[in-house]
Amino acid sequence: MSEHNAPLVSVRDLRKHYRLNGGLLRKGVAVKAVDGVSFDIQPGETFGLVGESGCGKSTLGRAILRLFDITSGEIHFAGQEIAQASEKQLKPLRKRMQAIFQDPWSSLNPGMTVQQLVAEPMQIHGYSREEQRERTETLLYKVGLRQEHLQRYPHEFSGGQRQRISIARALSVRPEFVLCDEPLSALDVSVQAQVVNILQDLQQELGLTYLFIAHDLSMVRHISTRIGVMYLGKLVEVAPANTLYQHPAHPYTRALLAAVPQPDPRIRNLEQATLRGEIPGPTSVLPGCKFCSRCPHVMPVCRREEPAMQEIAPGHFAACWLFKV
Amino acid sequence: MSNLLELDNLQTTFRTHDGDVHAVRGVSFHVQAGELVGIVGESGCGKSVTCKSIIQLLGSNGRITGGQIRFNQDDLAQKTPQQMRAIRGNQIAMIFQDPMTALNPVLTIGKQMTEILVRNKGLSKKAAKAASIAMLEQVGIAEAARRYDQYPHEFSGGMRQRVMIAIALSCDPKLLIADEPTTALDVTIQAQILRLLKSLQQKTHTAILLITHDLGVVAQVCSRVVVMYGGLVMEEGSVEDIFYRPQHPYTQGLLASLPHPEQTSHRLSPIEGSPPGLLNPPPGCPFAERCPQRMPQCERQPAFYSQGAGHRAACWLLEDKGVQV
Repeated sequence: MSEHNAPLVSVRDLRKHYRLNGGLLRKGVAVKAVDGVSFDIQPGETFGLVGESGCGKSTLGRAILRLFDITSGEIHFAGQEIAQASEKQLKPLRKRMQAIFQDPWSSLNPGMTVQQLVAEPMQIHGYSREEQRERTETLLYKVGLRQEHLQRYPHEFSGGQRQRISIARALSVRPEFVLCDEPLSALDVSVQAQVVNILQDLQQELGLTYLFIAHDLSMVRHISTRIGVMYLGKLVEVAPANTLYQHPAHPYTRALLAAVPQPDPRIRNLEQATLRGEIPGPTSVLPGCKFCSRCPHVMPVCRREEPAMQEIAPGHFAACWLFKV
Repeated sequence: MSNLLELDNLQTTFRTHDGDVHAVRGVSFHVQAGELVGIVGESGCGKSVTCKSIIQLLGSNGRITGGQIRFNQDDLAQKTPQQMRAIRGNQIAMIFQDPMTALNPVLTIGKQMTEILVRNKGLSKKAAKAASIAMLEQVGIAEAARRYDQYPHEFSGGMRQRVMIAIALSCDPKLLIADEPTTALDVTIQAQILRLLKSLQQKTHTAILLITHDLGVVAQVCSRVVVMYGGLVMEEGSVEDIFYRPQHPYTQGLLASLPHPEQTSHRLSPIEGSPPGLLNPPPGCPFAERCPQRMPQCERQPAFYSQGAGHRAACWLLEDKGVQV
């Protein structure tokens, strides 16, 4: 999946397997949370990652930031291989990649003031006191909070305001890459749009690159340049945002998009959302395509052999036997 | 058609350490027999408390402080706890967001289903088992006879919600209250559950009161919509009224804040600010603080103005445009 520029993030055949404890006598089973994922994120773009719960999208995002050790594969960040890097080697890179998480109630230390929360990453990365104060004030202004909020504690803020604090904190050390892991899911509908606008404004102003993980497919379309669809630890389709919604190729992508309830009573699309069955457990071992148990187009080959990701149109990739050339 | 349920100026208050929280502050609407009505609003708007007031599951610190709840012409607010127990489950059933916490984890599904049928309908154990298995089949659970003897943890989230629906409908209630029934589910499973609810409503003529924050869900399944904010009804109308002719600035703002599928390059238009706290609710229109069209008289609570058959909104802007209702 090579493109014109050098990617900021490049992932090759990334795997993260967990071993479930099987008890005293039984051998534990492996959960293949991420099972061989390859893709690139270009500088300045927003790469959206969608899929249902348990598909591995959060694990993939956190693996890229090396929040834990991975099982195998390569991760390149700004040209450096970081998959096997030690914590010491990673530290100078940490300030270049930051994260915003889903739950603004648990991601901010309740005992710290806004000033301390935003300044803490700068402290860790050796910013001077003067610089810490200056940047905290600038960032707070950028995310739409005021000077008087500096000495307050997280519990004094609403969900949307807390997410603004999280954004200011993440951006304090001037990262190039920000993992946004479901940053809207805990917010009210009317507040989600506020946070999306802030994220987009800051991206333009600071040239940020986002990996935006979400399950709300309409917001992902709005914010993303390109989108990857995950199913059971695998990427099944990658395409530019509008292409993915207008010409979804993989049967899973099609089913996923058909199931989104449209906020328009004239488009009663739920009658067409016909995907049956549920996502199999991540411990199940299927030899072929992971989606074959639910796929309406399943063929004998799908149960035998796993389809590889291939380019079905310029910039549009899908892993499905229907598109085998 | 006569009204199955009529709420008239319902008020519900919770006693807390910080003072009284006025969660519902005078809510009126009705549900006709066999109808599917949606209550839509953001967190803390009072939509869940309204529904819990109807069946009087408010907990020890919650109290109905005013108004009437007429169900089949009978005022539920005047019922004793014993009389309410006979109505809950039999005539009014409820399903909740999280089916795992609503089911008893140490009892089999079958035990939990037959318990109700034996107690409420006086069936024999054998007849109750047959009826339960038939009900499980009706909500789309395969191998119902085998699943009957399983425990809740052996079911997936979507399957548990099907079980909850089966239990709720097993005594042929006249009204089913569904409080965010699909919020914890993935989008493809959500589509299945919504389709199931809709088809059961058409088959059994059970009225459904569906609480949700998702405007897409409302547009897809409801015929009428009640929009709540700050413990009050802001607007009420047919699903077409609400989506195509919204009159209240809050409803308009909510719809405008959704991303538009075809115009992804446009900036989103959020409602600024965040929903009000209900400890000391503002005296006038609760939306005034965030309203782009605020006027001096908004400090007083506006009346409802009719905007056509069955369509009304509470806003001073409509004073000259509709009859007070």
